[in-house]
Amino acid sequence: MKHTLSVMVENNPGVLARVAGLFSRRGFNIDSLAVGRTENPRVSRMTIVVEGDDTTLEQVNKQLHKLVDVIKISDLTKDAYVDRELVMIKVFAEPSERAEIMQLVDIFRARIVDVGPKTLTIEVTGNEGKIDAFELSLRSFGIKELVRTGKIAMLRGYKTSTKNNNYKEEEVS
Amino acid sequence: MDITVAEALVRCLEQEKVEIVFGYPGGAILPVYDALNHTSIRHILVRHEQGAAHAADGYARVTGKVGVCMATSGPGATNLVTGIANAYMDSIPMIIITGQVATSQVGTDAFQEVDITGITLPITKHNFLVKDPAKLPVIVKKAFLIAATGRPGPVLIDLPKDIAQARIKFKYPKTVELTGYKPTYRGHPSMVQQAAGLIMSSERPVIYAGGGVRISNAAPELLQLAETISAPVTHTLMGLGCFPGNHPLFLGMLGLHGTRYANQAVTECDCLIAVGARFDDRVVTKVSGFAPSAKIIHIDIDPAEIGKNVRINLPIVGDVKNVLGAILPLLKKKENGAWVARVQQLKKDYALRYDRGGMLKPQYVLEKLNEFKDDDAIVVTDVGQHQMWAALYMRFKEPRSFLSSGGLGAMGFCLPAAVGAKLGAPHRTVIVVIGDGGIQMTMQELGTAAEQKLPLKIFVLNNQRLGMVRQLQEFYCEKRYFGVDFQFNLDFTALGRLYGMEGYTVETEEQLLEILPRVLTSPEGVIVNCIVDPEENVYPMVLNGSPINEAID
Repeated sequence: MKHTLSVMVENNPGVLARVAGLFSRRGFNIDSLAVGRTENPRVSRMTIVVEGDDTTLEQVNKQLHKLVDVIKISDLTKDAYVDRELVMIKVFAEPSERAEIMQLVDIFRARIVDVGPKTLTIEVTGNEGKIDAFELSLRSFGIKELVRTGKIAMLRGYKTSTKNNNYKEEEVS
Repeated sequence: MDITVAEALVRCLEQEKVEIVFGYPGGAILPVYDALNHTSIRHILVRHEQGAAHAADGYARVTGKVGVCMATSGPGATNLVTGIANAYMDSIPMIIITGQVATSQVGTDAFQEVDITGITLPITKHNFLVKDPAKLPVIVKKAFLIAATGRPGPVLIDLPKDIAQARIKFKYPKTVELTGYKPTYRGHPSMVQQAAGLIMSSERPVIYAGGGVRISNAAPELLQLAETISAPVTHTLMGLGCFPGNHPLFLGMLGLHGTRYANQAVTECDCLIAVGARFDDRVVTKVSGFAPSAKIIHIDIDPAEIGKNVRINLPIVGDVKNVLGAILPLLKKKENGAWVARVQQLKKDYALRYDRGGMLKPQYVLEKLNEFKDDDAIVVTDVGQHQMWAALYMRFKEPRSFLSSGGLGAMGFCLPAAVGAKLGAPHRTVIVVIGDGGIQMTMQELGTAAEQKLPLKIFVLNNQRLGMVRQLQEFYCEKRYFGVDFQFNLDFTALGRLYGMEGYTVETEEQLLEILPRVLTSPEGVIVNCIVDPEENVYPMVLNGSPINEAID
């Protein structure tokens, strides 16, 4: 089963290498990885999609916790969450095909971000399924280039996975 | 007053009460060596950087303090790697300080540049590259905290030369904040309660003790536990010495080369209490056949060890001493009369044995060494057959008396570790048990021992070959021996004399008995070259794929 982990880490140099190295040397498979700063500049958030059974996930979790730079790990898969990927696709677009492509862009609520003489560059966000479907629908026109971010994800509702303890804030509200 | 970062580093070491640093100088670490001169810290100049790491390791194992070693950038740093990995695998608290090329040169393949923080990522508990001079004191404080607490381990600090020369206002922090580092020391009360219940309801308990008992100084609690619930105690290689070897409940080592009675007791037990041990593959052999009828209680400070190799019925994450201290008051005295009798019978039926005919037997040497050594002597071994024989045939009363490379199994560990051990415990006899292969891996450290006037008692179990590999080839390669014979072997007594030590060669039991009392009590260092039977194998031995109770002997 695929699990989406949110891993809060100290924003120290080398922290990505520590996490990535841990996955490779312990034989855990990373499906997708996205890193960026959070609302706290000292903390970065990694969203890691990892494939494995419960035992593997338990080891992933515990081994990650042993890294001094890792502050908190949450398995979002246990809860309701929203996830998004962003993809940019440069697709071949002859003038005769443009209308059809623009219709697809509309249907998928994508955006055209660059227009060239023979190509269109399209940006689309969504979950993995939507992005896969969009890519598939453009394939017949010929995809010249495709770039895809890793998945980022967030819990639904008031809950967060950034703080070790957010009960206090909840009480205040 | 402003001081250089190198001077600040030395002050930090003084604040951490470091007495000895093992090291080897070089260009990039020059400022640190300059600062180390004329301080209270004693510098031990080794003969190879690997020796510095193993010596710091041996020092830490004997004293329980953090061992410190240093080397220059590039080759100095890479030569430390085996020693760092060794400390990591055996959870030894160590600080490693490496010089690095100047920050402006980092990443340019400069002379003697190597990415040592990258290289040591998987073999350190944590590591630091110092980029901001002002942060040095905080980094050192963090490094010592991380190395010595929780599950201990090596921490490396890489110090670029220009940073070492920069000037800062020195203030050593009293505390540091590590958001992501919070070891659990106290066992969960409900788990402790349940464990006590499980132990009290068991009829055939066995305690399986590992290096965690030594690390948390929990030998007295372990003894009390065993005696209260009348549980026999088996130990890992790292756990040797944590339970008195002359105690009726002592079972010796378990696992691949464990005693047959220990392995049988574990197989028959209904409750296995794992204390600071990690169910290593050399202990468990075949997972499905390990303690099949037991409920397993696992006490360890590292949550990642729980359930990693073997299913656990009751995990308790916490410091072994704390957790045992919490369980003990909940227990009542119990006898398990039938079980204790059964285990005593196993000890009789499956006693260790070897044939004394023919050439001098290595087992005999170790039995006699055990008989003649002081109670508080430290035995340091290398890796291979002699190591297993020492673990099987030698007995210890106290932890920190038997030093061996366990997890990594690094040949060459022994001599430098013995140097560190003797410096850490100058009043204890240090006995080196080593093979003719292993001694030749790091024998340059005899120079360090001679320089520091350390009278090591070295016993070379000399079978003119790499005995453990020979044994593996006998069993797993149908005796196709290859790459294991030394066609040329040096005269180890002459080697000893070169370094100012006494040298003896013994080939018979009589010769051994004649010199043993003398060499162990003399104030001089000595090498005893024991010519032993090259065909001798380590038994018991569990063959690949078999459970621990199916050993051959």
